[in-house]
Amino acid sequence: MAFEVKEQVVCYHCGQLCEEQGFKSEDKIFCCYGCRTVYEILNENNLCEYYSYESTPGINLKYVSEDTYAYLDEAPIKKKLLTFNSDSFARVSFFVPSIHCISCIWLLENLQKLSKGVVKSEVNFARKRVAIDYNPSVVALSEIARVMASLGYAPQVNLSEEKKETTSSKDLLMKLAVAGFGFGNIMLLSFPEYLGLEGTETTLKNLFSYLNIALAVPVTFYSGRDYFSNALQSFKQRQINIDVPIAVGLAALFFRSVYDILSHTGAGYLDSLAGLVFFLLIGRWFQSKTYESLAFDRDFRSYFPLAVQKKNGNEWKPIVIYDLEKGDTIRVRNWEVMPADSLLLDSEAYFDYSFVTGESKPVRVKAGELVYAGGRLVGKPVSLVVEKKTSQSHLTSLWNKEIFQKSGESSYRKMIDLAARRFTWVILAVALITAGYWYWADASQMWLVLTSVLMVACPCALALAAPFTYGNMLRVFGRHGFYLKNADVIERLSKIDTVVFDKTGTITNGAAQLDFIGVMDDRELAWVKTLTSSSSHPLSNLITKSIAVNSSSPVADFFEKPGRGIEGNMGGHHIVVGSAEYVKFTGFLPEISSKVFVSIDGQVRGYFKIETSVREGIEELMKSLHSKKVAMLSGDSEADHDRMKKVFPATASLLFNQNPHDKLEYISALQSASNKVLMLGDGLNDSGALKQSDVGVAITDDTGVFTPSCDGILEGNKLSQLNRFISLSRSATSILKTGFAISFFYNIIALSFAVSGHLTPLIAAILMPISSISVVGFSTLAVNLVSNKTLRS
Amino acid sequence: MNIIIALICISLTVALIFLGLFLWSLKSGQFDDTYGPSVRMLFDDKKKKK
Repeated sequence: MAFEVKEQVVCYHCGQLCEEQGFKSEDKIFCCYGCRTVYEILNENNLCEYYSYESTPGINLKYVSEDTYAYLDEAPIKKKLLTFNSDSFARVSFFVPSIHCISCIWLLENLQKLSKGVVKSEVNFARKRVAIDYNPSVVALSEIARVMASLGYAPQVNLSEEKKETTSSKDLLMKLAVAGFGFGNIMLLSFPEYLGLEGTETTLKNLFSYLNIALAVPVTFYSGRDYFSNALQSFKQRQINIDVPIAVGLAALFFRSVYDILSHTGAGYLDSLAGLVFFLLIGRWFQSKTYESLAFDRDFRSYFPLAVQKKNGNEWKPIVIYDLEKGDTIRVRNWEVMPADSLLLDSEAYFDYSFVTGESKPVRVKAGELVYAGGRLVGKPVSLVVEKKTSQSHLTSLWNKEIFQKSGESSYRKMIDLAARRFTWVILAVALITAGYWYWADASQMWLVLTSVLMVACPCALALAAPFTYGNMLRVFGRHGFYLKNADVIERLSKIDTVVFDKTGTITNGAAQLDFIGVMDDRELAWVKTLTSSSSHPLSNLITKSIAVNSSSPVADFFEKPGRGIEGNMGGHHIVVGSAEYVKFTGFLPEISSKVFVSIDGQVRGYFKIETSVREGIEELMKSLHSKKVAMLSGDSEADHDRMKKVFPATASLLFNQNPHDKLEYISALQSASNKVLMLGDGLNDSGALKQSDVGVAITDDTGVFTPSCDGILEGNKLSQLNRFISLSRSATSILKTGFAISFFYNIIALSFAVSGHLTPLIAAILMPISSISVVGFSTLAVNLVSNKTLRS
Repeated sequence: MNIIIALICISLTVALIFLGLFLWSLKSGQFDDTYGPSVRMLFDDKKKKK
């Protein structure tokens, strides 16, 4: 087939490649009806400045259905969502995942120009939230949501939304501020002592010391509170973690200093203490960075709609899905997800179960048959009778599995805690031996030496090595499109020896590959294109995009039978495009894949074969993973077996027809054979496996959309880099070990001072910051060097 | 001698005021979104002048 070479044209609104003959408004070209509509709305309202902050800032609109948001006006839902409500003023905060640029902020903050009644709207870019003040007597909440959705900024409403996480990070910052304040002032007040104030100015010396105590109290017991409570907790669980030696060290430092000052025997170590707490908290703050706008622990509820239309007498009213009872009649519209297992009332419907099973082909359901919750309707609205409540449906039963009952903390033992445990025993032994020696040599010195040992044993540098190494690595990963839930994931990632892939959406992606098999000339192809461009069906859109020739003749007698096919007359010929049945194709079908047939004047000319294409770079990835065990789990039928065989190495096990439970079982079987498993998936059907695996990574092409609960989110186009990320995480672990070694080196020096009874406040004040800073500096530098080398090449 | 004590008291008070101000700004949410305000100031207000 000959194709014209065309210049590439991108949509003015969303920046997608589009047809020159596509949708036009004034001199602008758009890729679809949706984008043009948004432009027209903005143009009408004088809001075209939107396009001046960023080029093509828009979001490609997919499925907007009217009154999707009607449920927002129901009193119980409103009550949960609104943070403030009165007759003439209300405030709501929406999560809008599609916020991504400056233009988005600008447009959303000009919402009052589009929707009367909105008083003020403010965007929080980091959290991707919009806070809207509005007048409920002028505009309904559902109307605001609808306006936002029509512009591509569909709010995501989640009633079970977690209470704001920011309180904990604010809390940490406050502790850090207090520690920093204490540290700076104590250091200032300690200088005179070090510079030789002794003897002459005792009043001043005492005043400085007492002020130091006053400053050290909040530093120790407010800023350092977590270390004490964590240590206590780990004692209760009979496990020693890194917080135990830290808490012992802090306590020893504080009480020894207070004793020294009150008994006038020394200046105390309060500057070291405050510095220690300050550095430790900086480490913690550095590690606490998370990707606020990404959600890592969504459960099935986020996939379900919040509300559904229920028949109430003669009218349809929105109802929250948790209130659905057996026997209720509900109505579901195109592209909506089934909230509960129900029986179909209409004659037939197509449901896409890709959330549940991974199988991407819609399933045909006839009247009276059961439709499972999680299925997505494709086609006309249908009515159904609820069979089971949402909480008891087939899909939610997966979440009753043990793995989902467990709390977030895994049984995984962190390297830092293993090191801390050994460290603590060694220190205890050293402390006891020195105490024994001094009891025999000079009993009056025993307590002083013992506390000195405990003080310098405080593993500050040790505690800082992990946050800075993993924290830096986390940022490096984030810059390259791999977002991890927290820094601990890196450590688990470094131990991976088995990689398990999901097929749909992971190995293959949404973009489809289209081949026409049969005979048609350019003129006929152009007719088909004109015909399919009149239909909004996704397959029609695909065909429209794949044909490069254009025809100017109009379509007459266009007719579409939803879900089956389309037909029309062009240039005196009757053209039918659709399923095999629709075009009355009776021949033999060699394989099972999606096909769209074309017939012209009653004669079948051939079909478009539609295959989802394999992601770019998969081959490269497979080559790089040669040292690891590789497997694939797919919910689909075996139609793709041969193709996948070419993609995967010969040793890989390829399993088809896997339901979510099977996937989970497969992972846990691998784990019981002591493999460390990395699972890559994208759908709800993988969520069990993602949770079970040592590291579960969700693949997504758009970080704003739903991802199942996981440990990390990887951008689809970065999948080929996976092995580099794994080897980087391994480097991070060796950097961490070197950091441990450096910190032990300083500890040994400090201990030798302490054991021999020579640890003066000045030596402590010099040694402790040096050890911390050198560990921090080393790990930061090493991580940047290694990551530049690995990811640039 | 006394002047040193007075100076120390003053310096500590000033430092405490700054600490208090920082804690207040933190609590009132001024650090919640560090990106938005940096671009918001660049938006033109020409619509209002019309």
